[in-house]
Amino acid sequence: MKVLRWSLPLAIFVVVLVFLFVGLFHDPREVPSPLIGKPAPSFSLMELHRPDHKLATADMRGQVWMLNVWASWCVSCRVEHPLLVDLAKQNIVPVIGLAYKDKPADGLAWLASNGDPYKLSIVDQDGRVGIDFGVYGVPETFVIDKMGIIRYKQIGPLTAEALKQTILPLVRELQQSPA
Amino acid sequence: MTKTSRWAKASRAIVASRRSAAAIACLVVALSSAPAWSDLALDGRLKSLESQLRCLVCQNQTLAESEAPLAEDLRKEVRELAVSGKSDDEIRGYLVARYGDFVLYKPPVKPTTYVLWFGPFLLLACGVLVWWIVVRRRAARTGDEDATAESTAVTADRGAIARAHALLDE
Repeated sequence: MKVLRWSLPLAIFVVVLVFLFVGLFHDPREVPSPLIGKPAPSFSLMELHRPDHKLATADMRGQVWMLNVWASWCVSCRVEHPLLVDLAKQNIVPVIGLAYKDKPADGLAWLASNGDPYKLSIVDQDGRVGIDFGVYGVPETFVIDKMGIIRYKQIGPLTAEALKQTILPLVRELQQSPA
Repeated sequence: MTKTSRWAKASRAIVASRRSAAAIACLVVALSSAPAWSDLALDGRLKSLESQLRCLVCQNQTLAESEAPLAEDLRKEVRELAVSGKSDDEIRGYLVARYGDFVLYKPPVKPTTYVLWFGPFLLLACGVLVWWIVVRRRAARTGDEDATAESTAVTADRGAIARAHALLDE
């Protein structure tokens, strides 16, 4: 009993301390997406460069791909953009760009001046597809597997570490698994 | 009646009729532009639904309060769903499927949120238990003191020694 008298409050204190300490490293803006492990929402959107063409979710079946949600009005998209341009040069995984709530002319101009890392760009002018993907803070990046299942979501700009440590290993693993 | 007073009367009448005409015109405009009752009911329903939903851009605001572009889009979406006959639960489900439980200001009761919902009651129960133990011990101790007060000084000393031992052994 005597030991309990000081050890129990100490134990409770330590537990609370650990919880608070772990909490320091959680970003409240990063809300876990309920879409991970679920099929990517189906869309059929106008291509940015060829307005008479459309790209649908089903067209990407059978390959691992990334969907990068960006906009010409988005400031932090400029931060991650060089990483995407770099990734495109390595030719590892096709990245589809989704211009979110953007005018096609603005999007085209932005890509012309910042470089176009996308295999294809599509336009979501009214943001409807963005809502289906649960987008709330541009930029966001999704990794989608051969079956069309969302495997990973990066909220906010991509970082070199996230790419190297999480995204690319995941992409390679997914590419090796049979469709 | 003088000429001027007649004039005044006439002008007052004109002013009065003009005023009533203006009032009628206002009323007609107001009635024609006022939303139908069903719209008012829908607005009320949307307002209460939106104030239970979180805006994900400015996380401490509800969808009803937020002026973020996404909140605007989501309000539009919610309205369209409501107009198309979806129930409040279906609309909530639509948003949860896309943004997770975090969009709900009131988290649902499920295994992962049991600690959240029942933790405070558990803590309260622990507090009551500790309080009860402390009170019972204290009662036992004051009982000891009453007994020693009645006995002689020697036994009182003995009692004190015994209590000291008891405290040390605890």
